[in-house]
Amino acid sequence: MTDNGTILTVNDLRTYFRTEDGVVKAVDGISFELKKGETLGIVGESGSGKSVTNLSVMRLIPEPPGEIVSGEIIFDGTDVRALSIDEVRKIRGRRIAMIFQDPMTSLNPFLKISTQLMEVTQLHLGHTKEQAYEHGVKMLEMVGIPDPRARMDGYPHELSGGMRQRVMIAMALSCDPELLIADEPTTALDVTIQAQILELIKDLKARLGTSVILITHDLGVVAGMTDKIIVMYAGKVFEQAPTRELFSRPANPYTKGLLRSVPDPAYEQGEPLYQIPGLPPDVAHLPPGCPFAERCDRAEDICRREFPPFVEINAQHHSLCHFAKEVYGQG
Amino acid sequence: MSESQNNLISLEDLQVHYRIGGGLLSPAKIVRAVDGVSLDIKKGETLGLVGESGCGKSTLGKAILRLTEPTGGKVFYNGSDLAHLPQNKMRDQRKHLQMIFQDPYASLNPRMNVGQIIGEPIRTFGLANGNSVDKIVGELMETVGLSRRFIKRYPHEFSGGQRQRIGIARALATQPEFIVADEPISALDVSIQAQIMNLMESLQAERGLTYLFISHDLRAVRHLSDRVAVMYLGKIVELAPGKDIYAEPLMPYTKALISAVPVPDPEIEARRERIILQGDVPSPIDPPPGCHFHTRCPYAIEECKRTVPRLVEIKPQHFAACIRISPENPHIESVK
Repeated sequence: MTDNGTILTVNDLRTYFRTEDGVVKAVDGISFELKKGETLGIVGESGSGKSVTNLSVMRLIPEPPGEIVSGEIIFDGTDVRALSIDEVRKIRGRRIAMIFQDPMTSLNPFLKISTQLMEVTQLHLGHTKEQAYEHGVKMLEMVGIPDPRARMDGYPHELSGGMRQRVMIAMALSCDPELLIADEPTTALDVTIQAQILELIKDLKARLGTSVILITHDLGVVAGMTDKIIVMYAGKVFEQAPTRELFSRPANPYTKGLLRSVPDPAYEQGEPLYQIPGLPPDVAHLPPGCPFAERCDRAEDICRREFPPFVEINAQHHSLCHFAKEVYGQG
Repeated sequence: MSESQNNLISLEDLQVHYRIGGGLLSPAKIVRAVDGVSLDIKKGETLGLVGESGCGKSTLGKAILRLTEPTGGKVFYNGSDLAHLPQNKMRDQRKHLQMIFQDPYASLNPRMNVGQIIGEPIRTFGLANGNSVDKIVGELMETVGLSRRFIKRYPHEFSGGQRQRIGIARALATQPEFIVADEPISALDVSIQAQIMNLMESLQAERGLTYLFISHDLRAVRHLSDRVAVMYLGKIVELAPGKDIYAEPLMPYTKALISAVPVPDPEIEARRERIILQGDVPSPIDPPPGCHFHTRCPYAIEECKRTVPRLVEIKPQHFAACIRISPENPHIESVK
């Protein structure tokens, strides 16, 4: 059922970790659909489950202690959960590629850039050494690394953070993947370098038609980069909407709170910043009701008692809240 | 003269140069981390200091408190030059001058409980002893929003935001006048960042604190600061009231920096023209001659490679270091 241009469908995915402290439901029922060429943003704070979602899609969850306990992951018509590890490896790096927050920990410090770049296409595309080398040079050039031939013989530590992230992107895109998962790709970088990398991802996406999942805690980054957004909290999808609608008419108090707690440059001195009180809950010991109830300014008794419904605002917009329609109505 | 009386801290041509390398065959190189900074910090204000990694902003903060020794220049505080005080005299001053660090985990001793961590400066400076220390610690904990029941707990039992509150309580323990806050919110989640910023503001209002708020986060700096200084490769390149620097940056680097910050509004993001700087920040070991920014500046001319720009008052209270702009011609875009 992929003829409608859907590259990835995730259906009610649940990934749990067994710890001494009990079962941590890191991801507890997430569903989304990503169309070809689309960019999906996954936003959340630490521990919200945004990274685990994507490690699950890539089948990179360490088992044990982790386990995908239920759900479907359909990548271009193939059920990823049903594949053997060898079959998954053929997809990973070839058709789905990933870039991480810290390129220094994802690049091997002992190997030349060329070795690391060539390995990918030799393995997945059956390139000969010469082909792989030339392809590597081409990729470095594409991601805007000056003097790519000279850089091929260098080592990761000789590059700045921004340049390393470019190498990671070059490596990720070497096999022309259909899906790129970028997990906090600019969090470790300075703003002027972040702007360069985001511009690069946008530009490559437009040229290559790659679908992108962008994971970040920065609402500013997703605002300019994505078509739709999932907001996660305590392993649950709290809100899911097209980007513009999420920002202009959030239907969840948590999303609203997040948006309001970002300082506004136009603000006048002296007014306190809106703050969400309290701390994120311990995911191993969630209360019976809504996990956000304790910090929520809209919460009533029912929120502490009953788990909230996933309310459909419209076909594309859903919110996990007893009062979703009311919050949405406030605009 | 009333102007200078309002200043709590005055920096005069402050320098921190590090010598690196220097073996048998290679001559030593000099890293100019802070390269001649003159700056006044007014009593009761928050001065924001922004810049990218490696620009020297943290080193500047540490040099003011002499956690890093300045290699030149002066730091005036209460009529004395901190940079040249003998160690024993400097020690007396430290209780007035405190610091909050970026990573509250790395800056809290994991083997000490909260009571010991916050109580240590109180004991060290002999501000109290015996049971009264615990009483003061309890009060400080409540001031920063921690329950005093946690006094026997250890740092690892707290979340990042709570640990930052412990770090703030420790800095407040000696009732300082001046606090250098070095990236105090960068390691925290968005919802917690707002809490810490509000806490810092309310403490300032209650206690009349003066802050040097160091951050790479322009949104946070804009929110907290009365005035903002922008640093690039060891030098201050622009200084202005927070509102002006955001609404009307003058120095091309500041323009690019502000334009690079993503705005959490898809409508604005879709419309805005971003200035994308080429390349990386050059190394402070061998900074480019003339204006350090000329290698990345879209407006650079030949002269910029030769002349080191001075910080000039282009508009009232708005200083910028760029030879191409002047009070008569403040906007680089319209300079011929």
